[in-house]
Amino acid sequence: MSATAVLERLPSHFGPYGGVFVPETLVTALDQLELEYIRAKSDPAFVAEFERLLREFVGRPSRLYFAERLTRHAGGARIFLKREDLNHTGAHKINNTIGQALLTKRMGKPRIIAETGAGQHGVASATAAALFDLKCDVYMGAEDVRRQSLNVFRMKLMGARVIEVQSGSKTLKDALNEAMRDWMGSVEHTHYIIGSVAGPHPFPTMVRDFQSVIGKETREQMLELTGKLPDYVVACVGGGSNAAGIFAPFVEDASVKLIGVEAGGESMNLGRHAATLTHGRPGVLHGALSYVLQNDDGQTADVHSCSAGLDYPGVGPEHAYWKDTGRVEYTSVSDHAALEAFKLLARLEGIIPALETAHAIAEAVCLARRIPADQTVVVNLSGRGDKDVQEASRLLAMQS
Amino acid sequence: MIRRSGEKIAVLPFLAAGYPTLDATVETVRSLDGVAGVGAIEIGFPFSDPIADGPVIQEAFNDALKSGVTSQRVFQSLGTLRGKVSVPLVAMVSYSIVFRYGPERFVLDAKEAGFSGILVPDLPPPEADVFCAMVRREGLQTVLLVAPTTTPERRQQIVKLCSGFVYYLSVSGVTGERTSLPTDLVEKVRGLKNATMVPVCVGFGIGKREHVQQLEGLADGAIVGSAIVRKMREHRERDAKSIAGEVARLVKTLVA
Repeated sequence: MSATAVLERLPSHFGPYGGVFVPETLVTALDQLELEYIRAKSDPAFVAEFERLLREFVGRPSRLYFAERLTRHAGGARIFLKREDLNHTGAHKINNTIGQALLTKRMGKPRIIAETGAGQHGVASATAAALFDLKCDVYMGAEDVRRQSLNVFRMKLMGARVIEVQSGSKTLKDALNEAMRDWMGSVEHTHYIIGSVAGPHPFPTMVRDFQSVIGKETREQMLELTGKLPDYVVACVGGGSNAAGIFAPFVEDASVKLIGVEAGGESMNLGRHAATLTHGRPGVLHGALSYVLQNDDGQTADVHSCSAGLDYPGVGPEHAYWKDTGRVEYTSVSDHAALEAFKLLARLEGIIPALETAHAIAEAVCLARRIPADQTVVVNLSGRGDKDVQEASRLLAMQS
Repeated sequence: MIRRSGEKIAVLPFLAAGYPTLDATVETVRSLDGVAGVGAIEIGFPFSDPIADGPVIQEAFNDALKSGVTSQRVFQSLGTLRGKVSVPLVAMVSYSIVFRYGPERFVLDAKEAGFSGILVPDLPPPEADVFCAMVRREGLQTVLLVAPTTTPERRQQIVKLCSGFVYYLSVSGVTGERTSLPTDLVEKVRGLKNATMVPVCVGFGIGKREHVQQLEGLADGAIVGSAIVRKMREHRERDAKSIAGEVARLVKTLVA
């Protein structure tokens, strides 16, 4: 096959959602990325290298853990935790950055940029950059720099530059805007590692694929531990990458119910939550058609969540498709309930979850309580809470 | 669609609608209508997340939104000029806004308000195909972007969709003035001129008379954005007529 042979392109939409809604400047780079990704995933050397790094560097497979005391506390279905928090760098984000950094190398680009909210994707990008000797700039909203100072230090320690974003609400969406603007001017020598299943095609597909290792492992581990597939899989949804990663390998299994948990924030009023699928409408943001939180004029709404990683007014387009088709049920959990779950998991299991993940824990406990003991619930424990202890202690002090 | 004065290159000023006020936008259009060499005026609809814009336009959009500017109010204000000015108006608007407004309704309201063309910078082909057909069906003109990174194959696909003019981005990057234009610009614009019969206008980074002159005999128009918005910011505390006068004075130096 010659190098110029026509490759079969990846589908750019999920039903009506997805697509490429970006200035022309970026289109060629997105095409190049898609072609490189198509070639890479059928290249045994690339796949072997990706798998080796996940095993030896990230520490995969991550454990599936039966949370006995949490199960007893809920008093219903058995709860299992998929321990993505035990990955190197402390969250699922590293699965994707290793994959995209390998692609960056293949494309011969010497620099990566990333946006980050909670800082987990920033840290995972900085880590991959150190590993592959890439220059790395991370855009982070000023509000998040404050909330997640530990992660800022980690990124800098690994040689990344953290660029504080002062525009807009100074959170994740503004970091994404700024990263896009950087990419508009640097696209010829820079790869933008989007950290979620959001953004223009091919990011939602590619990031889901890199994260699917979570769901594939969960499947095998559940079969091994319980002899059957789980009845429920629960994951938190901001942009939606940890959820897409654990859901995707179960989508064809009709018996497995999938539940995405969004950030309910302080109330249902626009501006006080980040529950895009629960309360939003279809719209265009950051390069894709999906659900968004906007006002009637199409301006992006303010959002709020106690967790920086869920504090985003959009969501990956495949989630929009799963919502409309009914394959995944989306619900939301308030700041308050998430903080309670944060404490609960720490006390009962000796595991401090990320505040993002605490939303999924809260929902899983409610769910397990409602269903019989012969059923199983897997929660994607997407990240650990070390980064959140300062912010959580501040929020808990305000509550008491 | 570009109003030409002789063979000279036209200047296309960009205004951030509603910045500093909708009155200032209306007055500025009125005064620029009287400046020979102004080929069309681009009206930028304020957007909360403009990823193609540099700090000057971002800030103007933010201020306009804070003061309560909406697409509907932009249409109402500019609609008052309908039939009173001859310079063509081009709406430059994010697809986020168009989608929420309803594409069909947006096109009809733009037409009603007297716009001649629509440019949606974050709607490249193939996503643009349906919307461009809709715009043309209503008798308005389409304007699409070609970037320095655009491949020749895509360039063909894009120019086929353009009826008003082709907007060539002089640089990869966001809007904002640059000290000099890229060295391969002449070659790139020539290539584009050869690929289409539709007029070619060049924008992004153009803020000085030298820049406009560099494009003379090469492109049909030069789009000036941030330099004008910055001028309006300097005079934002003044009344609409004075702001309009300052902008017209600036644009006269660019067309000279």
